[in-house]
Amino acid sequence: MKLGRVVGKLWATAKDKKLNGLKLYLMQPVDESDRPLGSELVAVDTVGSKEGDLVYWVGGAEATFPFQDRQIPSDVTIVGLVDRLDLAEDRPA
Amino acid sequence: MMLGRVKGCVVSTVKHPSYEGKKVLLVEPVSPDGTPKRGTVVAVDTVGAGDGDIVLVASEGRSATEILGFSTRMPLRSVIIGIVDHIELYRP
Repeated sequence: MKLGRVVGKLWATAKDKKLNGLKLYLMQPVDESDRPLGSELVAVDTVGSKEGDLVYWVGGAEATFPFQDRQIPSDVTIVGLVDRLDLAEDRPA
Repeated sequence: MMLGRVKGCVVSTVKHPSYEGKKVLLVEPVSPDGTPKRGTVVAVDTVGAGDGDIVLVASEGRSATEILGFSTRMPLRSVIIGIVDHIELYRP
């Protein structure tokens, strides 16, 4: 899994029917300091993300498994909202 | 598997049920000599890793499903499966 920042929303009327009802977001992969890593990706949201949220996402085959009863045709799926990052370097010694 | 150094943890309330009750850590990839590389990974800890530890992260195949004992496949890919005690490099 990796961190990402939700930077936009995307609509597509004509799409695979297995994507119906799912929200698509533009997501910029970032590191723990919020620096971008590579280019933006289109991600399926499963946790109620909003624009500007820091999230973590899963790629590869695991992106197709968020639901028990069906697989979805996604290769980037948002699976968690980050409340905060607790970094060792920010803690007092 | 990938080598990385634990940088801290992710605090998250709203998440997929497969992450409930799990410790989710931030891991910075490193080369065998400890040089950091870009591309921080979010990984579920299964071995009690802590800040600064050099760890083994598995993100391929069915590693996570096997290790965490899920009965069905889950959207969880990266797991910390070891804490490295020592690395011996053969080239100088």
